[in-house]
Amino acid sequence: MAGSTSLIAEKTFGVTIEKLNKSFDGVPVLKDISLEVKPGEIFVIMGPSGSGKSVLLRHVAGLEVPTSGSVHIGDFNPADPATRQQIHLALVFQAGALFNSLSVYDNLALYPREHRLGNEAQIRDRVMHALQILSLEKAVAQYPAELSGGMKKRVAIARALVMEPQLLLYDEPTSELDPVMSATIIEIIAALREHTAVTTIVVSHDRTLAMSIADRIAIIMDGRIRAIGGVADFEHPANPAIANFLNPTIDLKNPRFKQLENDHE
Amino acid sequence: MKQLNAIIESIGSTVLLAFNSGRYLKTLPRQFPRLIEQCYLIGYTTLPIVTILSFFIGSVLALQSGYSMQNFGAKQLIGTLVGMSMVRELGPVMVAILVTGRVGSAITAELASMKVYQEIDALETMNIPPERMLVMPRLVAVLFMMPVLASITNLCGWFGGALVCKYTAFIAVEPDAYFAALKRFMGAKDVWDGLIKAEVFGFAVILVSCSIGLNTRGGPREIGAAVTKAVVVSLILILVLDYFVTKVLI
Repeated sequence: MAGSTSLIAEKTFGVTIEKLNKSFDGVPVLKDISLEVKPGEIFVIMGPSGSGKSVLLRHVAGLEVPTSGSVHIGDFNPADPATRQQIHLALVFQAGALFNSLSVYDNLALYPREHRLGNEAQIRDRVMHALQILSLEKAVAQYPAELSGGMKKRVAIARALVMEPQLLLYDEPTSELDPVMSATIIEIIAALREHTAVTTIVVSHDRTLAMSIADRIAIIMDGRIRAIGGVADFEHPANPAIANFLNPTIDLKNPRFKQLENDHE
Repeated sequence: MKQLNAIIESIGSTVLLAFNSGRYLKTLPRQFPRLIEQCYLIGYTTLPIVTILSFFIGSVLALQSGYSMQNFGAKQLIGTLVGMSMVRELGPVMVAILVTGRVGSAITAELASMKVYQEIDALETMNIPPERMLVMPRLVAVLFMMPVLASITNLCGWFGGALVCKYTAFIAVEPDAYFAALKRFMGAKDVWDGLIKAEVFGFAVILVSCSIGLNTRGGPREIGAAVTKAVVVSLILILVLDYFVTKVLI
């Protein structure tokens, strides 16, 4: 029975980042980042585009090696390939990163098949259970190219869920989605944490998402952590840069664009 | 200096890819469906073009040699010339070039696109090594299929030559005489040498194609650049390896 399969991991991990620096071709992208994510919490990393938040998440996922400093998931170093055999870490990529040559079902079944987590019937139960949670049963035979942006994100979340993650990472889960689908994704993230108690790190510049589901929020700007705190701390931030990022003012007479007016004349 | 470093780095990562893929050979029984799929892609889909081209290469070889040799009264040796040329040199080189264009480029495009669109990153976070799932089955498949393709190339080239010899008025060598000459001077060593060459070339082409695909960085534009790079490097590699392998085998 599909409903009888549990996708809840028995253990979850906290994340510790200490004095993390990362440069690409000598250009610093992350500068002296230190933070701690407690086991079971939803930690949202916010920041403007190009501030380094996705690179930071890739370090937690073990996809980047720090130039200096360290990242630890529990006691494990995510950059060490052996760590992946110890920890079930799932990353929901911004564009889904679904395998285009595989159907939705095979995308989800890939992990349990490759790691031999049961026979085909058990794998089917596991996959169908995850699809059911995300209301994707009808998409089971479809290919990623046939899915909408919102469905791709949900399939990517379902694929992460099949892994019984002990650490769940989301990279911009609501980007390029309409407000209704964004709200659905936010609800899914919150519900998954509620029911699985898995440590969740979300990278986003979506204020609604952060304020709705975060236990704590970190603001990263220009590669540096500018503030860490609870949701209440960011409702009326004192720092003008953070305040402007979270509540940008729209100036329709912005003098920066005066030149356009002159060009037009 | 920067370019030299990049070349050395590429060679290093390609060699490392071969070793890392070799580590997963023991998982081959589990990868059997992927192996069959790759055998189909490398072997079956390349077969029509290999058949047509090798037939005409054998034909033109017979035509050219018949035209030159008629002046020396050595037309009876056309079978030997076509047979040896196909088996030792043209067969393996041509198959490798066709595999580069037909299969290697497709592999690079697929892996580069998987890299650019983060599918490779997704595999890594799922603790599924790309070497195990994407590279090793392809390398084993090419080792199975290259001798088959090279053998078919040889046969088609021989028959193309035989037909030209029979139906070209100024050559007029019967197939019996053509194949007798072919057998007279050609031994098992010649056939084996050709098959070894085909194996070496095929392995190198697929390895380079996989390595360049997996090391692609950037956006969609880089996918095209990676395919061009893979084809150019493979073609150079085939001819360079041809010299050294021939030198070892002679």
